[in-house]
Amino acid sequence: MILQALAFYVFAAITVASAAMVVVSRNPVYSVLFLILAFFNAAGLFLLIGAEFIAMILVIVYVGAVAVLFLFVVMMLDINLTQLREGFLDYFPVGALIGAVLFAELLLGVGIIGAGSATIAGLNEHGAQVTAIDNTRAIGRVLYTQYFYLFQVAGLVLLVAMIGAIVLTLRSRPGVRRQKAGEQINRTKEQSITVVKVPTRGGV
Amino acid sequence: MTIGLGHYLTVAAVLFTMGILGIFLNRKNVIVILMCVELMLLAVNINLVAFSVFQGNIVGQIFAMLVLTVAAAEAAIGLAILVVYFRNRGTIEVEDINAMKG
Repeated sequence: MILQALAFYVFAAITVASAAMVVVSRNPVYSVLFLILAFFNAAGLFLLIGAEFIAMILVIVYVGAVAVLFLFVVMMLDINLTQLREGFLDYFPVGALIGAVLFAELLLGVGIIGAGSATIAGLNEHGAQVTAIDNTRAIGRVLYTQYFYLFQVAGLVLLVAMIGAIVLTLRSRPGVRRQKAGEQINRTKEQSITVVKVPTRGGV
Repeated sequence: MTIGLGHYLTVAAVLFTMGILGIFLNRKNVIVILMCVELMLLAVNINLVAFSVFQGNIVGQIFAMLVLTVAAAEAAIGLAILVVYFRNRGTIEVEDINAMKG
C-alpha cells in the first residue's frame, strides 16, 4: 500500500512538473517533449488505479500520434522564437489571477467530493466482483453493445478530421507534371501515330 | 496513506489550471496554446477515469476514450490550419489572425 502511494506521488509530481515545463519552456520543441513526458506519467497514474486500457490508449494515441504530430509541425515551421516570446510576462498577472480563482474553486469542489469518497483500499474490499473481469474486457462489453452508435460516431469524427486535414493542406502547384492514367489508357492508335509516306530523296 | 479520489481530482485540477495559465502566458504561440488545450483534455480524462474507477462504473472510461478521439481530431485539424496559415503569412502570431474581422 505504501508503495502504491509512493508511486502515485512520483507520477503525479512528474506529470505536474512537466506540465509546468510545457507552459514556461522557451523552445516549442522542448514543450512537446515535456508534453510527451506528462502523457507517459498520466498513463502511469491510470495504471495505478487499474484503468490499463485507457493507459495504453493514452500512450498509443497521445504519445504515438498527437505528440509526434506536434513535433513534426514544430520542426517543419520556421518559427521566430524571440518574436513569439515577446510579452510573455505581460499576461502573467491576469493569467495568474484567473488561474488562482479557478484552482481555488476546483479545490473547493474536490474537497466537497473527496470528503466522503472511496479509496483504493475500500474499493478493493467491496468491488471484488467488479474487477473479476479485466479492464479491457469490461470496456469491450459495454462499448460494443450499449455505446455502439457512439463508437461509430467517434470513427466518423476521425474520418472527418482526416479528410479535413487533407483538404486543408493539399495544394495544387502550377508547373508540376502529373501522370494522367486515364488519358494514357484512352489513347488510340489513330491519335498517337501518323503514318507518313516519305517521298524518295524528299525528306519529311 | 491510501490514495483516494481526492488525490486524483487534485492532480487533475492542477493540470487544468496549468493549461489555463499556459493559454494566458503564451498568447502569441498557437502551437503552445494547442498543447495547453491537450493538457486540459488530459486533466478531464483523469477526472473521468478516476470517477469511473472509484465508483465501479466502466462508462467513465468509455467517455474518456471518446474525449481522446476528439482530442486527436482537434489536434490534427488545428495543426493543419496552422500549417496553411504559416504557408500564407509566414508567421504564426495569433494577434495577426484577424483577417475575418469585418
